[in-house]
Amino acid sequence: MQKTVLNESHRQGGARMVDFGGWEMPLHYGSQIEEHHAVRRDAGMFDVSHMCAVDVRGSDARAFLRRLIANNVDRLTVPGKALYSAMLNEAGGVIDDLIVYYLDDSSYRVVVNAGTADKDLAWMAARLGDWQLGATITPRRAGADALAMIAVQGPHAREKVGQVLPECRSACAPLKPFFAALVGDYLIASTGYTGEDGYEITLPAEQAASLWQALAEAGVRPCGLGARDTLRLEAGMNLYGQDMDETVSPLDAGLAWTVDLASERDFVGKAALLARPQQVQFLGLVLLERGVLRAHQEVRTAHGNGQITSGTFSPTMQQSIALARLPLATAVGETVQVAVRDKLLSARVVRPAFVRNGHILV
Amino acid sequence: MNIPSDLKYTRSHEWVRSEADGMLSIGITDHAQELLGDLVFIELPEVGRELAAEQEAAVVESVKAAADVYAPVAGSVVEVNQTVVDAPERVNQDPYTAWLFKMRPAAASDLDALLDAAAYQQLVEAA
Repeated sequence: MQKTVLNESHRQGGARMVDFGGWEMPLHYGSQIEEHHAVRRDAGMFDVSHMCAVDVRGSDARAFLRRLIANNVDRLTVPGKALYSAMLNEAGGVIDDLIVYYLDDSSYRVVVNAGTADKDLAWMAARLGDWQLGATITPRRAGADALAMIAVQGPHAREKVGQVLPECRSACAPLKPFFAALVGDYLIASTGYTGEDGYEITLPAEQAASLWQALAEAGVRPCGLGARDTLRLEAGMNLYGQDMDETVSPLDAGLAWTVDLASERDFVGKAALLARPQQVQFLGLVLLERGVLRAHQEVRTAHGNGQITSGTFSPTMQQSIALARLPLATAVGETVQVAVRDKLLSARVVRPAFVRNGHILV
Repeated sequence: MNIPSDLKYTRSHEWVRSEADGMLSIGITDHAQELLGDLVFIELPEVGRELAAEQEAAVVESVKAAADVYAPVAGSVVEVNQTVVDAPERVNQDPYTAWLFKMRPAAASDLDALLDAAAYQQLVEAA
């Protein structure tokens, strides 16, 4: 199993380690619910070094990314600006979801998922060869100049990062959401996967353990993958492999907003998306009874059946919530039935952002 | 690993306590609660229900997963613990106090087939 540079820090912190896509990662350090609350109410941190930062550089870097991904990197005009999108196959299925950071016209940083990184890199290299463009693709997860990533999230995350890294305060304090600043060797981005304010800090791997330690001493609580999943689900954010994969169109996974079909630009998968418009709605469910919604449970609506793609118990709402693919005619506010073991339980259809910035939205 | 010596155990990670009145209290072991993580939902059988040995009797769900709880022996359900339904985290906090349901065993001698603490410890360590 592969390990991040923070593996020993997690063990010293009492983490229960699990296999996550071939990476040994912390599930929790005692209670995933307490970790969840720490992020909603104060500050928590996640080791996300298993994700893969990829540098795309060269005179054709922009042209390459314009064709490679579903959103339009032409929207990135200010250095540091970040863009969430998906990389599609020719059939319009999602190879991966990713974030692109614009550093300058010939330099981009792309961050992809852990378990998909190898296939992503192979796909990117093959397209670069096909298109004969002048760019280099350099993964930064291993080797001499490997990077680590630590996400610090929560209402007090910025303040605590500022205490620990005073040199980045002036550059980072004004960062609007979805921007990044380069401070020395650090890329500090106001992005995240929790629905709270905070930073994702990319730094040289050998410095990660001391930053982790310093943040812990500043009162930032280490959080595992368990809390990461309940936080992202409350925030209504997709998880690759669960809410979408290579067989699912981004239009059917609530990702139409990350797809640019309006401009003239061509990109891989565009023709398939135009030929096959949205088939289902991707919406949220709040369970109105006791129980827990889980992936793959069937949803019965007045318009036909759907399916849950992610479900959990929401620690903030103290109710079960889910993301689901539902018939196109389904409307927000309707009551549907979910088959949970031998029962049908009632759930309400909502827009899929359940909790943001500590507040319940549904 | 907390495995009290005065209890009996099953291979499916239930513990069984013989009460003075002949009833059996049943819960899930410390090992089981640790594997599941924070519990958020517990569904218990109806009082009066007749259960066969190893029949599904209750469901415990953590944030992460759902697990069935099985009847350790044949018998009928005589009482359920509403306290853990209202506060599932009690099972995480003190798994051997937070019983789930009580059974009247069809035959007291069926208990002899269950594991003692040493045998359960071996089972957990071998896993």
